[in-house]
Amino acid sequence: MGARSFGAVALAVVVAGLAVTRVLDNQYYYFAGYVVLQYVVLATAWNILGGYTGYVNFGTPAFFALGAYTAVVLIQSLKAPLAIQLVAGAIISGLLGLALGYLTLRLRGVFFSIATLALAVVLQTMFINWEYTGGARGITLVRPASAPLFGNYVQFLFVVMLGLAVLAVATAWWIERSWIGRGLTAIRDNEEAAECMGVPTLRLKLVATTVSGVLMGLAGAPFPYYVTFVEPTSVFDLNYAVNSLAMPMIGGSTTWIGPVIGAVLLGTAQQIATVTISSALNLLLVGLILVAFVILAPEGIVGLVQRLARRSGERTRRSGV
Amino acid sequence: MSAEAFLDVQGVTKRFGGFQALSAVSLQVRQGERFGLIGPNGSGKTTLINCISGTLRTDGGRIVFADQDITTLPAHRRTRLGIARSFQIPKPFTSMTVLQNLMIPIEYAGRGHRDGVVDEAMGILGLMGLAAKAHVPSAALTQIEMRKLELARAMAARPRLLVSDEAMAGLSSTEVDDILAILFELNQRGITIVMIEHIMRAVMRFSERIAVLDAGEKIAEGGPDEILADKRVEKAYLGE
Ligand SMILES: Nc1ncnc2c1ncn2[C@@H]1O[C@H](COP(=O)(O)OP(=O)(O)OP(=O)(O)O)[C@@H](O)[C@H]1O
Ligand SMILES: [Mg+2]
Repeated sequence: MGARSFGAVALAVVVAGLAVTRVLDNQYYYFAGYVVLQYVVLATAWNILGGYTGYVNFGTPAFFALGAYTAVVLIQSLKAPLAIQLVAGAIISGLLGLALGYLTLRLRGVFFSIATLALAVVLQTMFINWEYTGGARGITLVRPASAPLFGNYVQFLFVVMLGLAVLAVATAWWIERSWIGRGLTAIRDNEEAAECMGVPTLRLKLVATTVSGVLMGLAGAPFPYYVTFVEPTSVFDLNYAVNSLAMPMIGGSTTWIGPVIGAVLLGTAQQIATVTISSALNLLLVGLILVAFVILAPEGIVGLVQRLARRSGERTRRSGV
Repeated sequence: MSAEAFLDVQGVTKRFGGFQALSAVSLQVRQGERFGLIGPNGSGKTTLINCISGTLRTDGGRIVFADQDITTLPAHRRTRLGIARSFQIPKPFTSMTVLQNLMIPIEYAGRGHRDGVVDEAMGILGLMGLAAKAHVPSAALTQIEMRKLELARAMAARPRLLVSDEAMAGLSSTEVDDILAILFELNQRGITIVMIEHIMRAVMRFSERIAVLDAGEKIAEGGPDEILADKRVEKAYLGE
């Protein structure tokens, strides 16, 4: 997709989102849509490091929660507006991403992944013991009653998350097409060969971990106002780690559209399952779908479609002769 | 000596745990030279190349390239200075096509994307007999084609010093001759070449000077005839 058509689609998505807030009144759809969009951001962010660069991060909850708790602190101390919460959450989580990038100097493969898991556990323990943000009990926040131009604050948050999703996807789209993306692919394929072919592997990995961290922090920052009650167990939920990994894997991890497809399908399925069956089943649902994909279509939906298209193309060519 | 050395390896030492893989190895390669590096299996040839290209850090000694101390420089910076190497065990970028594999060094080894780079890459592939495979995923190549890709990719970095680590293993004798002709041609254009090879016929024909490693030590250095006549070299290869 060229830059112009990508920009047009992005604009259309935002306009459509705004239009919806003018006609649709049922609050449930905004609550559910927000969660799906939040997963678009998380899955896209995860994929920049996991899919493009090949470093599997189990620590999504750490970055998400850091964004959320940064917002909590700013609300508690300064009553800072949402824009400030977003910027601060992005910076703090981005710094954590940068630190994680330096870890790739020493840790590769499964050892890196285990370290990211440990990172989430350590941060969770810290927040459990930090009274200022409510400790283990959690903290209740008062959501502003309304937002200018939007009236309803939840509708406003929905549109904000839509904007963040567009920002995240545009970032991934750009990286994929740039020299950075080609370098990241070389790192994923063979880091030693990449370095020997002139790719500054450390610098590119720092870019990937930082950008990924920034986007995850952005996803977490509006969360306190969305739920109005933040506790360690909910922001450090295993769901974030599993979903942000499973969604790109199911959609297809080599291209920007893969995580979007995965997040929309799986995120929507989970929202429906939560209403119709129970929320406890979500993780089981994701697990089963993930296992099925890893076995049957390891390149995800995008890869599957490409493979089928290629095959039918060959068949037409053969029957045409 | 070191004033005219293009690549100056000074007393390089490398240990893996308690195992001494290189013991104070020194050698000088002159600009434009064809230099052979030989030695029995496990004698430390690849380890020395890893130290020169920067994928391993030395535990002692100094490496100077084109009058610059590169001992602690990261590998990608050395590539940009003009050192390119092929890998003994092929390490292609498996998710890319053969042509895309060459575009990485072309883009990253300091020259950027310009007009004509695809032609340049296709030219290299033609030289290596890989032109027909340009758009094939590199993972689908045979082992022998992957070796050729290794050399092609190193050439795409436009090196001033090309290190080829057993690029000819497994090739037929006509293919060996083809690759030798290409390396001679590159050398004619001014590229300094260090060749590691077990195929004696090839190294002896190609090299102006040869260094011999045995158990991490340099045991001999000289012209092909001197090396062939050297008693210690014979002993290293044939045993007592
Ligand atoms: N990363 C490593 N860790 C531990 N030992 C290593 C490592 N790399 C090489 N060695 C050991 O160092 C010695 C020298 O290995 P090297 O690969 O340099 O030999 P070589 O001369 O290239 O041999 P060959 O002709 O078989 O390619 C061997 O004993 C090898 O087992
Ligand atoms: Mg070797």
